[in-house]
Amino acid sequence: MGQITLKQVRKSFGDVHVIPGVDLDILDGEFVVFVGPSGCGKSTLLRLIAGLEDTTSGIIAIDGKDATSLPPAKRGLAMVFQSYALYPHMTVRKNISFPLKMAGMSEAEQAAKVERAAKVLNLSSYLDRKPGQLSGGQRQRVAIGRAIVREPAAFLFDEPLSNLDAALRVGMRQEITELHQQLKTTMVYVTHDQVEAMTMADKIVVLNAGRVEQVGSPLELYNRPVNTFVAGFIGSPKMNLMEGAEAAKHGAKTIGVRPEHVEVGSGPWSGTVMLAEHLGSDTFLKVNAGDLGILTVRAPGEVHVGYGDHIQFGPQASKIHRFGPDGKNMS
Amino acid sequence: MSTTSTRAAARLMVAPSVILLFIWMIVPLAMTIYFSFRLYRLLSPDRTGWVGFNNYVWFFNSPDFWTAIVNTLLLVLGVLIITVVLGVLIALLIDQPIWGQGPLRILVISPFFVMPPVAASIWENLFMHPQNGLLAAASRGLGYDPILYLESYPMASVIFIVSWEWLPFATLILLTALQSMSSEQLEAAEMDGASALSRFRYLLLPHLSRAITVVILIQTIFLLGIFGEIFTTTQGGPGSASTTLPYMIYKQALIAKDIGRAAAGGIIAVILANIVAIFLMRGIGKHLDA
Amino acid sequence: MARAVTTQRKIVYTAAAWAVGLLIFFPVFWTILTSFKTEASAVASPPEFLGADWTLENYADVWARSDYPRFFWNSVVISIGSTLLGLAIAIPAAWSMAFVPGKRTKDLLMWMLSTKMMPAVGVLIPMYLLFQWTGLFDTHIGLILALMLMNLPIIVWMLYTYFKEIPGEILEAARMDGASLRNEIIYVLTPMAIPGIASTMLLNIILAWNEAFWTITLTTINAAPLSAFIASFSAPQGLFYAKLSAASTMAIMPILIVGWFSQKQLVRGLTFGAVK
Repeated sequence: MGQITLKQVRKSFGDVHVIPGVDLDILDGEFVVFVGPSGCGKSTLLRLIAGLEDTTSGIIAIDGKDATSLPPAKRGLAMVFQSYALYPHMTVRKNISFPLKMAGMSEAEQAAKVERAAKVLNLSSYLDRKPGQLSGGQRQRVAIGRAIVREPAAFLFDEPLSNLDAALRVGMRQEITELHQQLKTTMVYVTHDQVEAMTMADKIVVLNAGRVEQVGSPLELYNRPVNTFVAGFIGSPKMNLMEGAEAAKHGAKTIGVRPEHVEVGSGPWSGTVMLAEHLGSDTFLKVNAGDLGILTVRAPGEVHVGYGDHIQFGPQASKIHRFGPDGKNMS
Repeated sequence: MSTTSTRAAARLMVAPSVILLFIWMIVPLAMTIYFSFRLYRLLSPDRTGWVGFNNYVWFFNSPDFWTAIVNTLLLVLGVLIITVVLGVLIALLIDQPIWGQGPLRILVISPFFVMPPVAASIWENLFMHPQNGLLAAASRGLGYDPILYLESYPMASVIFIVSWEWLPFATLILLTALQSMSSEQLEAAEMDGASALSRFRYLLLPHLSRAITVVILIQTIFLLGIFGEIFTTTQGGPGSASTTLPYMIYKQALIAKDIGRAAAGGIIAVILANIVAIFLMRGIGKHLDA
Repeated sequence: MARAVTTQRKIVYTAAAWAVGLLIFFPVFWTILTSFKTEASAVASPPEFLGADWTLENYADVWARSDYPRFFWNSVVISIGSTLLGLAIAIPAAWSMAFVPGKRTKDLLMWMLSTKMMPAVGVLIPMYLLFQWTGLFDTHIGLILALMLMNLPIIVWMLYTYFKEIPGEILEAARMDGASLRNEIIYVLTPMAIPGIASTMLLNIILAWNEAFWTITLTTINAAPLSAFIASFSAPQGLFYAKLSAASTMAIMPILIVGWFSQKQLVRGLTFGAVK
């Protein structure tokens, strides 16, 4: 149940090759996150899996069976849309039971499943309201409820948290993760937020212009980014990338050091502080290091440095990433 | 969403309306062109035959025709100017902080829903009538002889009646557009020191220009075909002082029952409408959102 | 400069605005008022406002005339008939143009708009003759057809703009939920489209009821609606003012009331969606 395989999947809209070719294996029960900048094709890829768009070529297999030409209804998948896409003229109860009704289930069975889903998602008291009367977070849950009742082979999420405010986003993120642990169903999740990716995923797929840059667990991507793109995308604040003389010293075209792997106080580098953010738990510094460029530093705790101060700092030796002329990691 | 099957179904669904409108346009138009070149009078149907451009020539030679053209243009331009200028002013006024904006809007848009013959009849009988009309009573009260509006100033009276009917439409459209204007922009301008007049000129007016464009376009379409008001009040008279092109053609068709001539008149009207449409589309049609 | 609007300003604006509004509405008001006067009172000079003789007999008289109810009924049949027929043809067209747009869809819509620009007089002759030859002259069916053709572009456009506002994602969700095309239309699309269809219906009834060209030229006695009746009732030599007012009031009242509630639909429909 819930194993999805993509073989050489391509998608073009006329002359625009949105997805030049993707190979991917999603294992049963995995939480896979498609992440990448806007326009990288992650939503398109999700919609191809869902069947809402036809592939230009390639094979999509679900549980070993070729599903490429199957319509969405027959793929056994459920999707949660960014805008929730709830039926505005139906009550929450009817919204959630709609897929069951389409499947021809008896009214009694429908009612039972709706009650169960509502309990899991804390929606029992809202069942007779209409979507217009619900808050963003509640609507989100109804959308998830509508997906759950279908007991699909896999859940597809299309940037489901983008429309929520920051505080709600954190809470819902955790709820979705807990849901995954509870149901153990495959989940394919699309987001542009790399924090969501890092915290929720078993496996992350980093996409750029329709191409898969790297597939791996969050820590793999963090510790061993396969090229400069992934290195710069994963991790917040962004990794410091330097070229020129400093990189040549390490035998590479580009070297990268994460802000949290830079130590302040001593080291081979020096510069002037342009910006200092004191959060108490951390200190973030923006340092003008001359030839090295402008570097970001993240120090634990409080560092008593302010605007205009000259500091010495340097990278932890084992945490320097070296990238060759083609951008690929040299290790 | 679109697969080959849905696209075929879609084309099937659009077909009836397209076919109907196509037939509605082409067939009658072709017939009109055909008849315009023939002699055909309903009262003497045996005398028939090809007469070339005679029917058209009759129109161009008839002084009534040129009066009708002028009247038609006067009607359209007159009503446009009155409704747009007054419409902007009234819309601005209603948009101000006032009490009872809802009921007020209802009052202001009412004339538009009065059917043209009734509107014309109201003005003709209850107001403009030289003996029993309110305006006559007002004149007498002020010591003047009542003005014979429909006799002495037929075209102006018709323009007035039609303006009364269409002013609500212009006002409503412009008011809707005004109220869609973001108040933040206006407040920012105020903080920048712009006077009320400047705010109107540089912010409101450009924002309204699109709505004004639409009003002019839509009203012109309808105003070129104004008929009911003239039919009810002046019947194009006295003489042909208030005859517009549509009314003149109507007279030829249903009163003189001269099919050939009326057809030629119809073609002339279509050409005139196309000329106006070209000017409109070129000048302002780009504002329409498709 | 104080940001709050002074009450003084508000009073001035309110007074000015209401003065203008009452002035514009006055003819309608006067007609309604006159309809309740006796004939003598209606033509009294100087005109009587509150001190007139009031009566309901005008309405009774006008309605009792054997023809007035017929004209009223004709208006009802023609307005509703042409609207329903127009909707039946326009709904599939607008649906497909909104949800399965092709390369030609925009051109098609603009062409439909342009058909409205053709003056009715241009086709008066053929319509008149065709109607005579086919026996459609002075019939309900004939007029329903004529008015439907006149208003079809507006109906299609209005429905198109409403359908475009239905989020495509909701239809996709229905598809993912296992709905066939038929189920999608029945359970999701139609319920969401009903407000738009109702608005279009309302606007079209108003336009058809008030139409004053074909209703006058293509009828004589049988199918003539109120517009034709009032039009030929003009200049009654001062004897039937109150009755004329009563007839007029009854003719415009339905649409006035409907119109008061359809301002938004009017704006959208008659501007072909350009102003919403």
